[in-house]
Amino acid sequence: MKTSSFPASIAWTCASLAAAASISLLGGCKDSGASSNADGSKKLTIGFSQVGAESDWRVAETKSIKDEAAARGAELKFSDAQGKAENQIAAIRSFIAQGVDAIILAPKVGTGWEPVLKEAKAANIPVILVDRGITVEDPSLYVTLIASDFVAEGRMAAEWLAKKTDGKAQIIELEGSPGADPAIERKKGFADGIAAHPDMQIIASQSGDFETGKGKQVTETLLQQHGDKVTVVYAHNDNMALGAIEAIKAAGKKPGTDILVVSIDGVKSAFDAMVAGELNATVECSPLLGPAAFDAIEKTLAGETLEKKTVVADRLFDQSTAAEELPNRKY
Amino acid sequence: MKTLFTRKNLPILVTGAILVLLFGTFSAMFDNFLSMRVVANLFTSYAHIGVIAVGMTFVILSGGIDLSVGSVLGFTTILIASLITEHGMHPVPAITLALLAGAMFGTVMGFLIQQYQLPPFLVTLAGMFLARGLAFVVSNQSMGINHGMYEAVVDFAVPLGGRASLRAVAAIFIGVFLLGIVLAHFTRFGRNVYAIGGNAASALLMGLPVAVTRVGVYTLSGFCAALGGVVFTFQTQSGNATNGLGMELDAIAAVVIGGTLLSGGVGYQVGTLMGVLIYGTILTAISFDGSLDSSWQRIMIGALLLLFIGIQRFLTRGTTLQTSH
Repeated sequence: MKTSSFPASIAWTCASLAAAASISLLGGCKDSGASSNADGSKKLTIGFSQVGAESDWRVAETKSIKDEAAARGAELKFSDAQGKAENQIAAIRSFIAQGVDAIILAPKVGTGWEPVLKEAKAANIPVILVDRGITVEDPSLYVTLIASDFVAEGRMAAEWLAKKTDGKAQIIELEGSPGADPAIERKKGFADGIAAHPDMQIIASQSGDFETGKGKQVTETLLQQHGDKVTVVYAHNDNMALGAIEAIKAAGKKPGTDILVVSIDGVKSAFDAMVAGELNATVECSPLLGPAAFDAIEKTLAGETLEKKTVVADRLFDQSTAAEELPNRKY
Repeated sequence: MKTLFTRKNLPILVTGAILVLLFGTFSAMFDNFLSMRVVANLFTSYAHIGVIAVGMTFVILSGGIDLSVGSVLGFTTILIASLITEHGMHPVPAITLALLAGAMFGTVMGFLIQQYQLPPFLVTLAGMFLARGLAFVVSNQSMGINHGMYEAVVDFAVPLGGRASLRAVAAIFIGVFLLGIVLAHFTRFGRNVYAIGGNAASALLMGLPVAVTRVGVYTLSGFCAALGGVVFTFQTQSGNATNGLGMELDAIAAVVIGGTLLSGGVGYQVGTLMGVLIYGTILTAISFDGSLDSSWQRIMIGALLLLFIGIQRFLTRGTTLQTSH
């Protein structure tokens, strides 16, 4: 066995030092610690644990929170968990170790947060949830949830449709991911909304996993199965509705005329589709939660008690208002 | 010194140097990084990967690979959650059952690999799909676990000073790691694993129990994967069939960065521990920085893996030269 390899290990070590140095270059210079704003108030440090960047909606949510932090002169520690709840848990622990003033959490799933939120509570760091709720035994583990009312969104879509069709519709429903809160509640709200109209019926309801491709595939199958009976497609999000529009075209029908299409979210591409006359209506589910989140942080740090849920008001847009709104769409 | 700085020990020395350098650099960059709390967090947050990686080290030392561990972890979490929450079982029998299931899963894969001389990559790839599918059969929704025993384990913390504490999952990780060292270096099983990984044919000629050892290695890995799942349920107080997606790759990366040769026969559990800590240190630094995309973690892990493949190439070239003399 040779013993001459020690110099080589030094060479490798230098290479790894270069790797470490690259992070420092990317990350900019060291924080100056307890910095303060121009007006002398203490600068807040906020940790934000985001699920990932899997959709336009989520990217817009991240941007809204980053922009709001900059606008209020707070320092934002942003962590993208790349779709893994365990990365979010680790990020929250790092935020606690750093001693942030508050944590914003956009949870990937509804369960699994109690252990780490107990650590945050023990360190007296308030946690604000955005866009999705969690199940906890002890509600004091978070301050408030800032989110849309998904049930109301489903009901708004149903009510608009009832007016548009005079209460007569044979509906295909494209559901979101099984078990996801938005899917469950948008289904419930829509069912509530059409309950008063006996001639509005859901003839088929299947999951399209919130994805364009799946939405197209499911719609194709359902159109083959139910043929000319179908008059409406209701999708739990815009992406699936856009897929459904493709499927309707492929079946030789005109989306927006032969078969009405309504959905929820209000992303930019949905507005494009409304202007093109292919989508009839979408209920906006705003991802711009930054201002409300920072309001909540400031209130709770000032000692105020907040409601457990802060509802963000949603609006419905149809073809008559789409063209006017399109230029304002940020996401 | 001469015995420490040998060619065989080169990878693990590099691993140690990288860990110290990374931690040192980040401590200089970020306030509060150099603290007991961050170190304790590394053991808490990455305990599940650590437990899996200990089992994976044995598999790789024997010259094999186990791609099923992430799925087995996911299966374990949802099985335990379902047994406790839906079927009202006490956590102790539920966890015992899950551990047995994981070990048995590994035994079957090991048996197939040994008996029919099938490639471990393919057998465990099949196992990966199978375990993930079974997890979704148990339940396709995430499920909370509310039981007094779980609360007690989650709340368990030995204060270490400086706002840091040793949590139950970290204690499990350290315990498994110590047992791994004992098993690798102080038992006949451990010596046999090294022998098989070094050269299976000569191990057989020497009369070593190759078949039993190889099946044992996969049984152990399956058990560790299930135990990683148990740890995961303590970390999240819930089960979810999607848990552990891609985690087998994280564990393999930690083992390789820890200096274990993928060709088998060379490596240490201590290296694996350092590999896991390097993995966690990079992620922690990214959270501390707060402006980096966490894809940088993958880029750095990728760079480190390349580095270690380079070292491995360098080492194997050395051995062929030696034998050709």
